[in-house]
Amino acid sequence: MLYRSITLLSALFCSLSVFAASGLKDVALRDLYFGEVLYYAYQGLHFDALARLDVELTQYYELDESELDSFHHHLGHAEFSTGDLELQYRMSQRAGRAIQAVLGSGVDLATRNQAALALARVFYKKNDAQNTLYALQLIREEPSQLHYQEKYSLEVLRGREPEFFKTDVAYLKALAQIDVGQFSAAVTSLDILRDEQNLKGYVLYNLGIALIQSGHEQQGLVVLDELGGMTFSDTGLLALKDKTNLKLAYRYMDADDAIRAQTYFERVRLDGPYSNRALLGAGWVAVSQGRYDRALVPWSILHERAETNYSVQEVLMAVPYAYGKLKAHGKAANLYDHAMDVFAEEIGSLDDSIKTIRQGQFLAALLDEEADKDDNWVVNLRDLPDAPETRYILELMASHDFQQSYKNYQDLAGLRHHLDRWLADLSVYEEMIDIRRAYQQPLLPVVEEQFKKLDTRIRLRLEQRDKLANKLKNMLISPRPEYLATSSERQALNTIVSLEGVIATQPQAVDAESISRVKRLRGVLLWRIRTEYDQRLTDAYNNLASLDVIIKELKQRYNSFIRTRQAATQSYEGYTIPIRQYRTRLFAVQRKLKGVMAKQGRLLETMAINELDRRRKYLEDYQIKARFALAESYDRATKSQLDEEIEKQRQKHEAQKKAESEGFVDQPGNDGSLDKNNQTRPDVVPVDSVSQLSKASLQNR
Amino acid sequence: MLIQYLVRLRIPIVFFIGFLSLSIQAAEVTKEQIKGLDEQVQDIKKDVLALTSELTRLEEKLLFPSNTQVSLFVSLSGDDDFVLDSMQIKLDNKVIAQHLYTFKEIEALRSGGVQRIYTGNIKTGDHALVASFIGRAKSGDAYQRSENFTVSKVVGPKFVEIQITGSSASDQKVTFKDW
Repeated sequence: MLYRSITLLSALFCSLSVFAASGLKDVALRDLYFGEVLYYAYQGLHFDALARLDVELTQYYELDESELDSFHHHLGHAEFSTGDLELQYRMSQRAGRAIQAVLGSGVDLATRNQAALALARVFYKKNDAQNTLYALQLIREEPSQLHYQEKYSLEVLRGREPEFFKTDVAYLKALAQIDVGQFSAAVTSLDILRDEQNLKGYVLYNLGIALIQSGHEQQGLVVLDELGGMTFSDTGLLALKDKTNLKLAYRYMDADDAIRAQTYFERVRLDGPYSNRALLGAGWVAVSQGRYDRALVPWSILHERAETNYSVQEVLMAVPYAYGKLKAHGKAANLYDHAMDVFAEEIGSLDDSIKTIRQGQFLAALLDEEADKDDNWVVNLRDLPDAPETRYILELMASHDFQQSYKNYQDLAGLRHHLDRWLADLSVYEEMIDIRRAYQQPLLPVVEEQFKKLDTRIRLRLEQRDKLANKLKNMLISPRPEYLATSSERQALNTIVSLEGVIATQPQAVDAESISRVKRLRGVLLWRIRTEYDQRLTDAYNNLASLDVIIKELKQRYNSFIRTRQAATQSYEGYTIPIRQYRTRLFAVQRKLKGVMAKQGRLLETMAINELDRRRKYLEDYQIKARFALAESYDRATKSQLDEEIEKQRQKHEAQKKAESEGFVDQPGNDGSLDKNNQTRPDVVPVDSVSQLSKASLQNR
Repeated sequence: MLIQYLVRLRIPIVFFIGFLSLSIQAAEVTKEQIKGLDEQVQDIKKDVLALTSELTRLEEKLLFPSNTQVSLFVSLSGDDDFVLDSMQIKLDNKVIAQHLYTFKEIEALRSGGVQRIYTGNIKTGDHALVASFIGRAKSGDAYQRSENFTVSKVVGPKFVEIQITGSSASDQKVTFKDW
């Protein structure tokens, strides 16, 4: 019984990571999209975080020079976080593979160690303790703990201190050792963690159990006693303390040590989750000592509590039983009668609940956003209209199997929503593509025609620029001043050349002064061209640089136009087939999802109905016992009245005999009434059997 | 009565009892059933995640081509006493995004997460961006700030981070980082 509760505590361990606080404050964010992944991950929106991370990783691996992408700086984080997020999204199969891949990819020791711990958690969640221990064995000593602060885990990014790593490893190892039955090894592992503040209470509880299981019962009980006497402020630890005291009390009660049992029952808080069972047990301890009046003290408190609770239902039978033992048969009969009314009412309520579940209202309530608004979803569920009576299935709802199935059902509902949204979006995209096609298809040929003309002109100008640039480059090696003559100078030079031609062919027609002037003009012109050559060359280079600025802008516009033209075409071309394929795939997954969701829903309903049915049978059983006990109480009450009557008759008879012997004679009395009464008395179940059955049922739980 | 009827129909009683026990068994939920269903759920999660990844990329290509795409991100750092209530973003004098923050979102931002508040399309050139926030200190004092920034859009996609920083709740300010 003690051993069974370990699972709950280990489940708590697995969820510890989720509550790790702090943040990424000291880690420089190098990629905004990775920051977005963390934004969703920190909110517990694991699907959104995973989907975005998947997109980023796929895009990254498709890049030609991926190391230039800003995401490259977070690649290590991203790869590891995928496994971490998958684990938190309850995809242990894929998370295990992802983490194993990290383990096998020749990474540094810090990353490897964290991957091994994450893998161990995956195995532990799958109830595979042997492989949990194997994964933990892969962890090696890391000389520099700084690596743990810098690398690869969301937990580390959330600010988990490096020293927690060793604690987490040791605690998980101890839990796995308990699971495989290595209790002595678990004791050794847990003993080291005794002073660990972070796991205070849980270590002692598991240590106590491991000691008991390893044959050191006395030591185990001492450890549990230490835990039961500790002072806590945390509600979880207070509940653990109550649970420990309760279990110790029942253990001593089984060993017929009523005094110790009483001590531990008294340690349990009256307003805690285990108070009902403690009050019930305290009553039975008093009964075992024959102190029925004392048993009535805790039982009377319990008698007033919610009638859906196991212990309260049991005490409805136990209180009249105690009154019966105290010879208050009338009071006992009334209380049995009350118990029967309560049982009948509760059976009716259970029947209604089963009916509600069969009508599908339980599943609808499970998916209600109001119920899921905080962690207290079971209590919220109770307040919803048409929701079944959840008080009867509280324990079931808290069980790992139900929680897992419920979370899966909720995840499936979320996925169904995603699929519906994508299917709706695809229709919108198709319409959008049609509109784009209708608008752009007639426009594009006209634009294309104009572009071709402009393109030819642009190419011509670019060629001209290149020629000029080449000329200027050559002039640096062999100066050509005439290339830099202005158009008026070139015109004047041409005129001089033609005049010189005339002088050469008809010298008699030109006078000497004119010949001299032509020569002087040529001289002036050449002088100017050659002396200004350097400045003109500099100016030409400056002009070319200015031209380059304009050409750069032209090229940008040209490229922008090319992209826009391409984008315009791509905005409606090449989507039809992919969208059709996506729709087919979405429909296929939707069909599969509907089938699994229906199965998951049926499973949840069956679990709830089975539990309610079990409670119904339990109540029916009590109802039968109460009926017989009521009859017997009436019988005993009648018998005690008869006994009084008989006593009166006997005394009267004796008085008559005495009178006869003194000479008086009287008519004989009818004293056959008792026999007649005895013959008609029903074959009742003795009241003591109620006590035995109740005690047995209490111990079975 | 039922047994007599079965005998009359010559249905073997053992078979009938076996059938009854089978139907009771069918109503029980086994660990294998739970595990089997869990594996099927995990398969569906894998399929939907793969589809979502592909469809998200298709959506981005279709709705936000890289030559016009602009994305604005919000980050929060500094004093934990400051509680961000809402953000409003204006681009070219038009309100393009407004957001009211939940407790979980603020905690995610404080932990280092970055919120993509807007993704849209703009043409190349300069655009006026105005980011405003309303927040409060834990004491209840309300604060409101607004800052301007010029988004210079070129051919490639544009990313701008709107940072809300400050050493105290009253000192919170908006800064911009052009990525």
